[in-house]
Amino acid sequence: MIWTSDPAAMQALGEEARAAHPQAVTGFTIAFGDLALDVLAKEVRTVLLWLRDHGRFQQLVDIAGADYPQRPLRFDVVYHLLSLTRNLRVRIKVQTDEDTPVPSVISVYSNAEWFEREAFDLYGVVFGDHPDLRRILTDYGFQGHPLRKDFPLTGYTQVRWNDELKRVVYEPVALEQEWRTWDFESPWEGADYLLPGDEKGKDVPGWG
Amino acid sequence: MADISDNKFTLNFGPQHPAAHGVLRLVLHLDGEVVERVDPHIGLLHRGTEKLMEARTYLQIIPYFDRLDYVSPMSQEHVLCLALERMIGLDVPLRGSLIRVLFLEMTRILNHLLNVGSVILDVGALSPPLWGYEEREKLMQFYEAASGARLHANYFRPGGVRQDLPEGLVEEIYAWTDHFPRVLDDIEGMVTHNRIFMQRNVDIGAVTKEQALDWGFTGVMLRGSGVPWDLRKSQPYECYPDLEFDIAVGKNGDCWDRYLCRMEEMRQSVRIMRQCCERLGTVKGPTLNENNKVTPPKRGDMKRSMESLIHHFKLFSEGFHVPAGEVYAAAEAPKGEFGVYLVSDGSSRPYRVKIASPGFKHLQGMDVMTRGHMVADVSAILGTLDIVFGEIDR
Repeated sequence: MIWTSDPAAMQALGEEARAAHPQAVTGFTIAFGDLALDVLAKEVRTVLLWLRDHGRFQQLVDIAGADYPQRPLRFDVVYHLLSLTRNLRVRIKVQTDEDTPVPSVISVYSNAEWFEREAFDLYGVVFGDHPDLRRILTDYGFQGHPLRKDFPLTGYTQVRWNDELKRVVYEPVALEQEWRTWDFESPWEGADYLLPGDEKGKDVPGWG
Repeated sequence: MADISDNKFTLNFGPQHPAAHGVLRLVLHLDGEVVERVDPHIGLLHRGTEKLMEARTYLQIIPYFDRLDYVSPMSQEHVLCLALERMIGLDVPLRGSLIRVLFLEMTRILNHLLNVGSVILDVGALSPPLWGYEEREKLMQFYEAASGARLHANYFRPGGVRQDLPEGLVEEIYAWTDHFPRVLDDIEGMVTHNRIFMQRNVDIGAVTKEQALDWGFTGVMLRGSGVPWDLRKSQPYECYPDLEFDIAVGKNGDCWDRYLCRMEEMRQSVRIMRQCCERLGTVKGPTLNENNKVTPPKRGDMKRSMESLIHHFKLFSEGFHVPAGEVYAAAEAPKGEFGVYLVSDGSSRPYRVKIASPGFKHLQGMDVMTRGHMVADVSAILGTLDIVFGEIDR
């Protein structure tokens, strides 16, 4: 068995959040047993504060970034909250781009500090009035934001010990073999090109 | 030139320090011997797991989860499987679920033995950790018998476990659960009320309920502060609702309470393992869901059935597709709530996998826990956090 939050409680919370913050909460969805609120980036602190104090969500579980380069606001910042007293989880999603800062929520949940540093490090999402927005996971002096979709899997630099210089040196990536990805996707699932002979089928009743 | 008369200085602890439990660099701001601020520098074991996973099929990313918290590999795989099962809508047969729980609890003991052992080692005793290692060795042999690997098992699959247990293993595990509580008695008899151990742990790194909630602590770090919260009870998964066990809760939230919680949890895990072993004797049947669109067909079928051969080929080249959407799945890993936030775009590879590891949050709370303590307490607190860098740095 797999436990999921109570659907009625999720529906009620979603409607309550929309009613309390009609300008900030633009919508909510319930899918796969999770409640997700869509929130405007500049209002995220207000909504999280309301959820903490009014909705009794005591814990911030996680902040995740996600990159959708085809969108004008390419980044998602996803907050996961947990209420221990109501036994309920909620996901808050905000959208932003490379330049627009998202308000930091450290004043609401103390452990947001490292999560925001991580999202900044891996995606380049900027958090406004974060006291110490340093890189956290990548190397000292690292350039770029590795989890962006346009950052290559192999990266740009490689490191090795140089025995002549007696120190670690950074060099551009030199691959013995190109990174290979094969397209294994089934051609009959999702492809919308026309197979020869099929163009006549369009007129036959019951096709397409 | 800096004024040195005020007794303030900065000390680098790690990254190569045996008490740092891995590659952790702590920058300690000290006033004499008193810690004023701790700045953990993490990321020295960052391998880009989340990036690598985006380029691989769902079956290929299971082994990456073993390598996150390499002290409790199966618990991590399990959470990914939970996430996928929720998205695909896949059931686990009862026997598969029992084997999962048996090995999840075995993993909990593996993890706690190492942690309790290293806490004891950090504050100065040498023998009890070695007793723990002896038992860990036996548990790893069970791992090997079931999955073929001592450490990085790659044993759980969406829909169950890869293969059934070999004959006689359940009886061996059952015999081990008879013997193991005596080892725990030995460790407790030697350590729990030992004067030095208590002086190093009682009232050290005390966390209040409010702090534990505010800093997002989970697992023993939360229960040690008196919050009775365990996902196995409150948000149950697998066959935990049918099993009898208790949750250990601490009172003062100090290092000693957390040590006691871990010891009690091991006894409860033994209890769960015994129930699983007893039920595995009677519950027969498949250990893996038989929907061959997701789980591989049996080898024997592939020799005779064309359909099975096609399924096998497609599963291991293209992989199975997961409906588009997002899911957050979490389970009670030995270290706390381990979560996976999975975004699927409908293809056979994940669009985004975010690993919410308990150690990341616990290490972040290190600063508030350590302020005002002495330098010697840093290693005791670090030990009680139960951190493993595989999951923190990812």
